Amino acid sequence: MSTLTLPTPFLSPEPGHEERLLEISMGPQHPSTHGVFRMNVVLDGERVVRLKPVFGYLHRNHEKIAENETYLSSMPYTDRLDYICSLTNNWGYALAVEKLAGITVPERAEYLRVITGELTRLLNHACLLGFLLQDMGASGTPLMYAFREREKILDLFEALTGARMMCNYMRFGGCRVDTPAGWLDQARKVVAEFPRFLDEFEKLLVSNEILMERTQGVGVLSRELAISSAISGPMARASGLNYDIRKVDAYGIYPRFTFRVPLGKHGDVYDRYMIRFLEMRESLKILNDALRDIPAGPIIDPKSKPRGFRPKPGEAYGRIEAPKGELGFYLISDGSPNPYRYRVRPPSLINLTVLEDLCLGHNVADVVVILGSVDIVLGEVDR
Amino acid sequence: MIGNGILKGLAETARNFFGSYVSKDRLTTVQYPEQHIPQIEATRDFPFLVYDGADWESGMRCVACQICEKECPPKCILITKSTDKKPDAVGKPQFYPAVFDIDISVCMSCQICVEVCPFDAIKMDVQFDLPTDDRFGGLLLDRHKLAKSNEYYHQIHPTEATAVDTALAAERAKAAAAKAAAATPKPAAPAAPAPAAPKPASSTATPAPAPVAPMPVKPAEPPIKPLASESSKPGETK
Repeated sequence: MSTLTLPTPFLSPEPGHEERLLEISMGPQHPSTHGVFRMNVVLDGERVVRLKPVFGYLHRNHEKIAENETYLSSMPYTDRLDYICSLTNNWGYALAVEKLAGITVPERAEYLRVITGELTRLLNHACLLGFLLQDMGASGTPLMYAFREREKILDLFEALTGARMMCNYMRFGGCRVDTPAGWLDQARKVVAEFPRFLDEFEKLLVSNEILMERTQGVGVLSRELAISSAISGPMARASGLNYDIRKVDAYGIYPRFTFRVPLGKHGDVYDRYMIRFLEMRESLKILNDALRDIPAGPIIDPKSKPRGFRPKPGEAYGRIEAPKGELGFYLISDGSPNPYRYRVRPPSLINLTVLEDLCLGHNVADVVVILGSVDIVLGEVDR
Repeated sequence: MIGNGILKGLAETARNFFGSYVSKDRLTTVQYPEQHIPQIEATRDFPFLVYDGADWESGMRCVACQICEKECPPKCILITKSTDKKPDAVGKPQFYPAVFDIDISVCMSCQICVEVCPFDAIKMDVQFDLPTDDRFGGLLLDRHKLAKSNEYYHQIHPTEATAVDTALAAERAKAAAAKAAAATPKPAAPAAPAPAAPKPASSTATPAPAPVAPMPVKPAEPPIKPLASESSKPGETK
């Protein structure tokens, strides 16, 4: 084994251990890496002294493809960014184009967006908790419970949009189709039953001693680092950073709903785990209000037409609070049917940048847990 | 007490384990190839072309305007416009697709083609079991394979199909009214006689058979494998 020279910011091996460093490659086939993600980890015994994320295995040239497609044609591609929450991706893109072209959204469509967006948040957080516990070794059981709930929400999505995961639902100036008969009642039923799952899940594992041992004090992200690395979403809020774009930007009709922003204190894996439980409870509040108040009316701006969409030259940045953090779309229009520049600000990629800082000094087994708590989807990281 | 949390969790697991034998809504296994779960109405997978009437070729609504070909995000549609015209459902001579291919190994089921189609000619199917051992040709569907009747469309998406039919009927009535209004002062000239078309039988609503190369005549209904929920319907070819 050759001696590796480590640059200063990295953790130095213990004196006398320089000869014993081991460089291993975790992924892209490793089951804990959530898709095709690879980490070059340098170990001193079990201790991580250096970690380099390697990604790009799922690169599909999304941004360049979008520059050669019409505005509408890029919408189904946004489904494939974060393929667990396609509806919030649709929303972010639609919001950016609406800003660019100055389109307004009718009331009912705004409500439908909030409902589908918050259902997506429930879906994503339930999935994440299952995957995180799976990474920790609770093989199967919590994941199956989470997927059972996910299935109910996916059925709702299929009844509304026609597809379970690649929904392709939102349009510039509204939504594609109105709810089928009985859909809202079905949604109310799912929302009413969801707290039971949360209680069950909390009883199952929140006070579990093994879980606490594995997560508390592991992978601490300080508030300062979160700010300076532009971390967003539940990960930033777990570090005590009160930053929720639903509150900060007040986009859509979110100011109408009363909900609180849960904040963590320690910024460790346990806080990131718990913050998602609390966010799901807040989402349920929003959903209850939205499903109660949803008005009748048109679902799409009559001026918005599917063919021949050409916004005036200009630029716009639309961002939303996606389940994983700030999802932004930056568009430049030159007046042609295609965007001149199309840029995605994916929350997963930016949140992943601090992975090394979180992992240094911990054991290899903790790397898996920390990566799980960051909540990445490689479709979005690599684009 | 140490271990309290673990015991609490185990109790929850046990409750779920026994519950899975008792509660009906949790016995969800379906013996797939023999049984199907009931289809949700909005479900979509791959596009098909709608035709009216009995003959798939003359009744096809598509007029080869090629908008879907341009708008398709992964560019899986290939259309070649015909050189001659044939009368459409209203009786107006229209171009028709001489070639209409969809490579469903490329198609991503996004439904953009359905949205942009001004003629309601392309719709989404629900037929998902399409495995084939022919890697290149098997998933390249030509217009014959894509053509499905309006009745089939009514079967798979009843609400949507009824709305489309109502809109089309209104359009047709409007066109007929406009034609009648145009015909009253000047009775002689039909709207636009196509030079290539060899004398349509009449310019009224009965569509004449199109002058195209003879193709093997098919039964009225395309061979669709019936879903479990529909298998009892009569007249379905297997």
